[in-house]
Amino acid sequence: MARAVSPSRKFWTTLAAWSVALVIFFPVFWMVLTSFKTEASAVATPPQLFSAEWTLANYQDVWARSDYPRFFWNSVVIALGSTLLGLAIAIPAAWSMAFVPGKRTKDLLMWMLSTKMMPAVAVMVPLYLVFQKLGLFDTRIGLVLALMLMNLPIIIWMLYTYFREIPGEILEAARMDGASLWNEIIYVLTPMAVPGIASTLLLNVILAWNEAFWTITLTTTKAAPLSAFIASFSAPQGLFYAKLSAASTMAIAPILILGWFSQKQLVRGLTFGAVK
Amino acid sequence: MGQITLSSVTKSFGEVNVIPPLDLQINDGEFVVFVGPSGCGKSTLLRLIAGLEDISSGQIIIDGTDATHAPPAQRGLAMVFQSYALYPHMTVRKNIAFPLKMAKVPQAEQDRKVENAARILNLGSYLDRRPGQLSGGQRQRVAIGRAIVREPAAFLFDEPLSNLDAALRVTMRQEISELHQSLKTTMIYVTHDQVEAMTMADKIVVLNAGRIEQVGAPLELYTKPRNLFVAGFIGSPKMNFITGPEAQKHGCHTLGIRPEHIEVSAEGPWSGTIGLAEHLGSDTFLKVSSDLGELTVRVPGERGLHHGQTIRMGAPADKLYRFDQNGLAL
Repeated sequence: MARAVSPSRKFWTTLAAWSVALVIFFPVFWMVLTSFKTEASAVATPPQLFSAEWTLANYQDVWARSDYPRFFWNSVVIALGSTLLGLAIAIPAAWSMAFVPGKRTKDLLMWMLSTKMMPAVAVMVPLYLVFQKLGLFDTRIGLVLALMLMNLPIIIWMLYTYFREIPGEILEAARMDGASLWNEIIYVLTPMAVPGIASTLLLNVILAWNEAFWTITLTTTKAAPLSAFIASFSAPQGLFYAKLSAASTMAIAPILILGWFSQKQLVRGLTFGAVK
Repeated sequence: MGQITLSSVTKSFGEVNVIPPLDLQINDGEFVVFVGPSGCGKSTLLRLIAGLEDISSGQIIIDGTDATHAPPAQRGLAMVFQSYALYPHMTVRKNIAFPLKMAKVPQAEQDRKVENAARILNLGSYLDRRPGQLSGGQRQRVAIGRAIVREPAAFLFDEPLSNLDAALRVTMRQEISELHQSLKTTMIYVTHDQVEAMTMADKIVVLNAGRIEQVGAPLELYTKPRNLFVAGFIGSPKMNFITGPEAQKHGCHTLGIRPEHIEVSAEGPWSGTIGLAEHLGSDTFLKVSSDLGELTVRVPGERGLHHGQTIRMGAPADKLYRFDQNGLAL
């Protein structure tokens, strides 16, 4: 039975939803506006929402001062690389946890998740030293490995949840039909889990793209991605808000566009399994 | 070929012993039905034969080869699941061809076998559809098609008709029986529906709590049940069991009388009052409170019997089943 919603209730809930959305969206909106202002009007008091004179000078400066394409490419390699590598490890791992669970599977899953609760700073020094000794410092492969390990628990958890929704009888049918373990995963499980795998992939690309702590800590120049690119504009000689905003806008634009076009997939993925 | 021998097969899940030591011989070309109440271990037994579960001890021999530890695909068996278990992302054609693809059969031969299976099962016009676009009966046919193309030593059916509606169930039942007659391949069929068991089987295996209560042809189980369990399980409505003086009079602990063997006639030795009369047209089912206790009576046709009426009943002596205090037939 449909629940009756009174018009006034509908009005207030809609208003509340829009307010929350606005609060979340406003900083991003402010950043984009600031990137088109002059440095003077960016720091004007009282703050001006709309500037008197719009300019593209910040973008020109940022583009001229640093090698944006290199940072962008590093971000792409690191975000996609860590996610794809993570999926390659997580798909078989989640398969075994979902379909042949042992006595300790649940504990193992909880333990993996608990590593995400640990503050990253706690392992900063050891990881820094390990990276230096192994020659992984300031390399893309190093960052791919680091971010993959950081996000692996989440990837496994998400895939585990999706896989649990797939009826075991279908995999048994594949086994009866002569499929080897790999064929079962490649021809039956993976195609059936494509929506789940796609949302896991998207979410992890976004997480890896936005990762700042490790990417800034473990790189200097060669492998630095866009997060380091933004950080480089908060230099000791002072903050240039307009330029910083322009750099930030350039850094988040690709992932924002990706998120915009894949939002249906993302929402479906994140609520998957919530309703049978 | 499809001869399957189970010797001293057991299965435990942790502490729970689901199948105590069990021996069973299934001959080539036989249609064997495992029947029993829910939780009697019939599906587990089928899964042990399929190789989807490992046996705890004992031996499974298929066509003279020890298959006890062979993976499912190497046992040469094909299985049809209750939920059909079709691959939802593949077309009907690809579903049926999947086992052939896994066996690396050349494409031309795959096509030929799929077309052949589709013809046998009337699926020709659905080959390019996905399972989601098919009705329950059609899905079940696709599942059977996927089993046929493998040309297995034996087919295993795990309650394949329980998701279908009553009318379709009758049709599919007949189709599977006809399929068995044309293929002459061993079939092992699990069901809790004794009508399916009686109509399809060459041999019925009645299971209870993992133990085999009796193995025999359908009519043999009906006419010569070995114990109370089989007597009560085979036949619908259920056999009446009577204890007390009437049973002692016949020299047994429990007297069994099938509802269809009780005759309503003025000369009958027992009297009772009708508590409930169910008129089906072809038959009338009566619940009668009698001197012997509650009795179910099946009267052919329509005799105008109704609630509250007092009737007299009897049963021919050669239709009585006698059991000792251990429940075994005398």
